[in-house]
Amino acid sequence: MALEDLSHNFLTGRLEDLVRWARRASVWPAAFGLACCAIEMMATGGADFDMSRYGMEVFRNSPRQADLMIVAGRVSQKMAPVLRQVYDQMMEPKWVISMGVCASTGGMFNNYAIVQGVDQVVPVDVYAPGCPPSPETLMHAILTLHEQIRTGELLRRPEVLAGADDDASSPWTPQIATAVRLGTPK
Amino acid sequence: MTTGTRDTADVGRVGSSGALIAETSERGQEMRRRADTLPDELARETGAVLRLPEGIVLDANSIDIERPSDETMIINMGPQHPSTHGVLRLMLELDGEFVLRTKSVIGYLHTGMEKTAEELTYVQGATNVTRMDYLSPITNELAFSMAVESLLGVTVPERAIWIRMLMSELNRMSSHLVWMATNGMDVGSTSMMIYGLREREMILAFFEKTAGLRMNLNYVRPGGVAADLPDGWEDDVEIICDTIEARTYEYDELLTGQQIFHQRMEGVGSLTAEEALALGLTGPLLRSTGVPWDLRRAMPYLHYDDVEFDVIVGTYGDNFDRYAIRLNEIRESIRIVRQVVDKMPAGDYRTQDAKVTPPPRGRIDASMEALIHHFKLFTEGFRVPAGEVYTAIESPRGEIGMYLVSDNSSKPFRLHVRGPSFVNLQAVPLLMRGGLMSDTVTVISTIDPVMGEVDR
Amino acid sequence: MTLAQAPSYPVVTGLGGETVGFVAREDYVEAVRALRDAGYEMCVDVCAVDYLGHPGRDLPDGVAPERFEVVANLLSLSKKERTRLRVQVPESDCVVDSLFSCYPGTEAMEREAFDLFGIGFIGHPDLTRILMPDDWEGHPLRKDYGVGRVPVQFKDAPGPR
Repeated sequence: MALEDLSHNFLTGRLEDLVRWARRASVWPAAFGLACCAIEMMATGGADFDMSRYGMEVFRNSPRQADLMIVAGRVSQKMAPVLRQVYDQMMEPKWVISMGVCASTGGMFNNYAIVQGVDQVVPVDVYAPGCPPSPETLMHAILTLHEQIRTGELLRRPEVLAGADDDASSPWTPQIATAVRLGTPK
Repeated sequence: MTTGTRDTADVGRVGSSGALIAETSERGQEMRRRADTLPDELARETGAVLRLPEGIVLDANSIDIERPSDETMIINMGPQHPSTHGVLRLMLELDGEFVLRTKSVIGYLHTGMEKTAEELTYVQGATNVTRMDYLSPITNELAFSMAVESLLGVTVPERAIWIRMLMSELNRMSSHLVWMATNGMDVGSTSMMIYGLREREMILAFFEKTAGLRMNLNYVRPGGVAADLPDGWEDDVEIICDTIEARTYEYDELLTGQQIFHQRMEGVGSLTAEEALALGLTGPLLRSTGVPWDLRRAMPYLHYDDVEFDVIVGTYGDNFDRYAIRLNEIRESIRIVRQVVDKMPAGDYRTQDAKVTPPPRGRIDASMEALIHHFKLFTEGFRVPAGEVYTAIESPRGEIGMYLVSDNSSKPFRLHVRGPSFVNLQAVPLLMRGGLMSDTVTVISTIDPVMGEVDR
Repeated sequence: MTLAQAPSYPVVTGLGGETVGFVAREDYVEAVRALRDAGYEMCVDVCAVDYLGHPGRDLPDGVAPERFEVVANLLSLSKKERTRLRVQVPESDCVVDSLFSCYPGTEAMEREAFDLFGIGFIGHPDLTRILMPDDWEGHPLRKDYGVGRVPVQFKDAPGPR
């Protein structure tokens, strides 16, 4: 958190890049597969859509050893406290990908039993739509997260949002996040 | 109108660990100390299944559990656990490594699908039902469609029936391959995980070609199937069959030929036929005890009486039998698929009844009647006459049944799904009794629960 | 259905060819026990239905419709037949006997009916909620319990301000 306050010279700039590279090159997911999306997450870790080439095939069973929580599946009312407890047990820095529409917004189950969006329980960094998202979509979400980690956009986000609110007269135009633009193949 | 509330804002409190434990505690549903448990429930948790004859009352002192309760430990397994096959929570009373009592706490994936089904039309119903048993979506949709069709009284064309059989058997293969993968992973063979998922990708690629989706395909609908098979499907299916059949012999060598696998699976989690019938178990669990009950053979639906296949039956009712049954069921499914490829007739892939099936897109521009039918079908849906029906088919896990009550409107009045895994999980206390902690993993694995259909 | 004596409750034929019996609450467990002794080895499913708001169901004469129905599906492996028993359960006295002493596999199914409908089962070893959290109020699958929809843009939400 304190790294971007330094005025970067040759040495500190490079150290920050090194730290960010290390963080994004070995993001270890916590095993939090809930429903159908979990099967697609397993398929992403399988041989055809290998996650291991990004250093991510080790699904840590203990949240203490994990960096990334991919919430794969619908979160029911009974599961929400467990989700929060697992998230709290993870060490900083940690990220959350909300995989699938059920985790992002409640999906097709707009009813009493499903939490309408896992961002009501944990802060989410990347949302991956789909029901279930095919492994390619999940890979895109993971690569977007890697971009966010690489550019440090996560830390810069509050300032970016504060800047956009100043210009209230112009019509709102959607800002494509740098990370998504860079993470999307041409 | 009452709406239950669970304030999720309270959930994020990070205070002392006491607050978090209180939040995730399920109070009455958890396992209690022996002194606080009723004798009938205590007996059930220790694995007692068969009922005493009339007139004999269970005496609390006669339940003999080897260790006094101050020398044992109640631990929690799940719901977030690598080996519980989803969000299943098990509370175990342990004497060292030996399991004395088991209680399963479910509901962590409860989605209110039966309530949602009352809000969706019959055309949309398949999308809801398909997500229950997410490893074999076609079977869910098939049971639902068959229930609706028997209430509607509509006949499905021949080609649609054979296409449904093809997709059902391919689904059975892919579900059993996922089972082989996760079972291998649980026992420690990560290469089995890779192999199983790799084979499954071939089947999923075919599903994507036919239905548009890899999983949760909304393909089998009341009246037939959603789309015809793509051109060249016979070659695709033949490649799938040949490849997977050859690879089942590789898995045989990898797992069955391995002493460690035998020691972990043989004799573990044994079940007798009487106990299985008393508990209502179906599928590979029942067949492993020696009862040759397979709905495709006993009460055939679709055209299963026109194809030749064997019903695989075990002898000892242990884990190894269930593994062998599933492996051989993959081979039997390949056999059925090959026969379906030979016998597939030409014809319509969905019924031509205009009240049930939407017209082809091209005709909507030409015919006003077609446009009106399309509009009515997708806004209101077709009406099903009032009645009730129970339809059951054989899913890879057992008997999946749909109890459908209709009220002459376009939405089901009540849809109850009899999920095989929900009933099969009742065998957990029985199978784990007296086993080791490490056996709990293989027992859960061979019961093959899919929590989506357990909790619905 | 080869029972020792002909059933005293009305029986119709269902859509799949199975027999559907409408049995009174008092005779429920006895009827199930008789069916089990007649060869129905497995109880496949016990579920509940809430008929509040149903336009009118087809009940035989002598069966008074109540708000809830408990439906037990039985299966005979030897005869390859199914049968169904429907029991009317009034809202005011929402309890019925449990089949646990007859078929131990009904334990989880009856807990689910209790959790989602509020129907008590007398003789059940552990009648607690199974799918909903333990402190949930209300029984979700009843017809007077709302779906719990959150207003969604373009569908339920109020228009732009």
